[in-house]
Amino acid sequence: MGLLSFIGGIHPPHAKKASEKKAILKAIEPKIVRIPLRQHIGAPCDPAVKKGDYVKVGQEIGSVSSFVCAPIHSSVSGTVIDVKKVDVLGGQELCVIIESDGKNDLHESVQPKGELDSLEPKRIIEIIRDSGIVGMGGAGFPTHVKLSPPPEKAIETVILNGAECEPYLTADHRLMLESPEKIVFGLKAIMKAVGVEKGYIGIENNKPDAIEAMKVAAKGENGIEVVGLHTKYPQGAEKQLIYACTKREVPSGGLPMDAGAVVNNVATAAAVSDAIQLGMPSVERICTVTGSGIVDAQNLLIKVGTELSEIVEQCGGYKGTPGKVILGGPMMGIATHTDKIPSTKTTSGVLVFTPEEAKLPETVNCIKCGKCVEICPAFLQPAALSAYSLKGMYEQAEKINALDCIECGSCSFVCPSKRPLLHSIRVGKREVLAARRRSK
Amino acid sequence: MEQRLTVSSSPHIRSKDSVNSIMRDVVIALTPATAFGIYKFGMNAFMVVAVAIIAAMVTEAAIQKMRGVPVTVTDWSAALTGLLLAMNVPASAPWWIPVIGSVFAIAIVKQAFGGLGHNFMNPALAARAMLMASWPVRMTAWVKPGLPAVGPDAVSTATPLAMLKDSYAFDVSAAVSSSSLQAPGLMDVLVGNVAGCIGEVSAVLLILGGLYLIWRKVISWRIPTIYIGTVAILTFILGGFDINLVLYHLFAGGLMLGAFFMATDYASSPINPRGQMYFALGCGLLTTVIRFYGGYPEGVSYSILLMNVAAPLIEKYSSPRVFGGAK
Repeated sequence: MGLLSFIGGIHPPHAKKASEKKAILKAIEPKIVRIPLRQHIGAPCDPAVKKGDYVKVGQEIGSVSSFVCAPIHSSVSGTVIDVKKVDVLGGQELCVIIESDGKNDLHESVQPKGELDSLEPKRIIEIIRDSGIVGMGGAGFPTHVKLSPPPEKAIETVILNGAECEPYLTADHRLMLESPEKIVFGLKAIMKAVGVEKGYIGIENNKPDAIEAMKVAAKGENGIEVVGLHTKYPQGAEKQLIYACTKREVPSGGLPMDAGAVVNNVATAAAVSDAIQLGMPSVERICTVTGSGIVDAQNLLIKVGTELSEIVEQCGGYKGTPGKVILGGPMMGIATHTDKIPSTKTTSGVLVFTPEEAKLPETVNCIKCGKCVEICPAFLQPAALSAYSLKGMYEQAEKINALDCIECGSCSFVCPSKRPLLHSIRVGKREVLAARRRSK
Repeated sequence: MEQRLTVSSSPHIRSKDSVNSIMRDVVIALTPATAFGIYKFGMNAFMVVAVAIIAAMVTEAAIQKMRGVPVTVTDWSAALTGLLLAMNVPASAPWWIPVIGSVFAIAIVKQAFGGLGHNFMNPALAARAMLMASWPVRMTAWVKPGLPAVGPDAVSTATPLAMLKDSYAFDVSAAVSSSSLQAPGLMDVLVGNVAGCIGEVSAVLLILGGLYLIWRKVISWRIPTIYIGTVAILTFILGGFDINLVLYHLFAGGLMLGAFFMATDYASSPINPRGQMYFALGCGLLTTVIRFYGGYPEGVSYSILLMNVAAPLIEKYSSPRVFGGAK
């Protein structure tokens, strides 16, 4: 089997052993959920319920306020005890706090939406939007927006990302093993929605069982191809994945649609399947709880709004004192200062490091070894970008394509001087964008 | 809050490579060739190596103390500079030659420009050039291998490239078969049974060390391959299509030491892959031109130094094409 890949990239340790053989378990019912009204890139939702309301599973509790926005639904049945700002990852956000009655009564709107053959493309996109589906790989971009390209952009392929190139995480891996037919259904729905004949499911070859399972599930489906990808980070990055599958480069500054492709995570496709076949909006997700700071690593099906500390508790709790808690994987995940925050639609992992692993390395001078240049999957010069950013020379950073950085973190990973390259490049990007807004 | 969690920007994991491990790898790669030089040239060669390394490390520590920056003398970087310098002087050198060389390399070329990663030239080579200009006789006092390098038993001689250039107009077979000069044969040249700097004589051990560095991903194949390739092709053409002359030129002088260990110095070579190719091409061109048309029989060190100062310019014009940018 010829493996597809991109140019550049790194080989971090996989670290998936602890959880890759663990079947997905339903997490214990949360008693109280705090559901943030923004779990996506875009505008926050407006609350659709108020204190004292009784809500059911799948009921809309946050309604869209603009196009780039995805509605929020209740993950439990019970009483709204408050709608207020509470701590979430990276700050505070308006949340609907619901006390569950443990019954999990379904809302009336949760009804199968009919056969895929009978659904018009426009209707599929509508269902996806109304179900609050966002990119479940971690970015959380509203899926219906991705599937609504301007008419002049010709889309030729839909690519499902099953690479799961982040170390430690195994949620997508388990999903592909346990529910491959959902993923194939979701892919077919997305292909129909954007009107294309060709669909790829890209999976890294460190998951041969997942490749096999998906191949079996996709057998006999026209136009769907399961492709093995070289195990290399960031194989699952959108632009790199498109290149691996189609050998087309997304133009600098462009979007996947400019290369004729739409990319979605396999978990997103499964959510699309649930939305159509069961009528169930996006209210839960699979999350890998792992790391050497966790007693028993697990892949848990978690209701949106569950507090992280409860999730950790179900995995035997912390092993010793936790040093760092990361939402997502170790390469692009976000560290949180507290575990008293709710999970969201994009919580693909809860990774706990020991204090030893959490130690920040000592930084020394750049020795110009060029490793960052060699591995940058966007073909940038991270050392130079970082140097410009640190010196406040943002215009120069923009000239050498700071905005093309995909923030994969490969440069920081390989740097022998342990320089926080990505961190400084992010600062530079923010300044470049701010300057652009000012000049408008 | 009872527990304190570390919060930092992603990525949260780092590779195991460090400046220490890289510099240590280079020292490991150089050890066989250095050991061979000491074996061939005797105790004085050992003294030169030891003194150069100690002087480099002491200078680094002293200057870092003076600058009020953390003392990083254990990061192998200063030791490596000292070792490379020692490998670039004749075995007959008195003790003060490596001392002056190491102090100059570390104090002037490295620390005066900001320390690790900020040297604009290869410190060891710059120091060698300074020593050559200041003590040309001492720096070219070549001795026969297999005999003591100093004292009554020492026998002075010329390097193979010098014999070839000065007496035989690049005619290898004439030089080797000559009874008066006794230029070493190709096998001696490859193994290192020749006169020369302490560390440059054993081509085969230097190649082994270089391959180790490529295998360890400390250096890429680009600079050594293109540098050596350029010298080989140009020598083949300029030398009248004589394959023996090509082999002699590849293995007899400082080319292997220069191509694998000097031109690949991170700080003084371009950071971009394409720039590294131009850089290596320039090194190869200059080396061959100096060897054939210049005043010296050997041109490796000056060509690398010249390309070192051109590196920032090359870097400027060799930016990689951004992903999704115009091809």
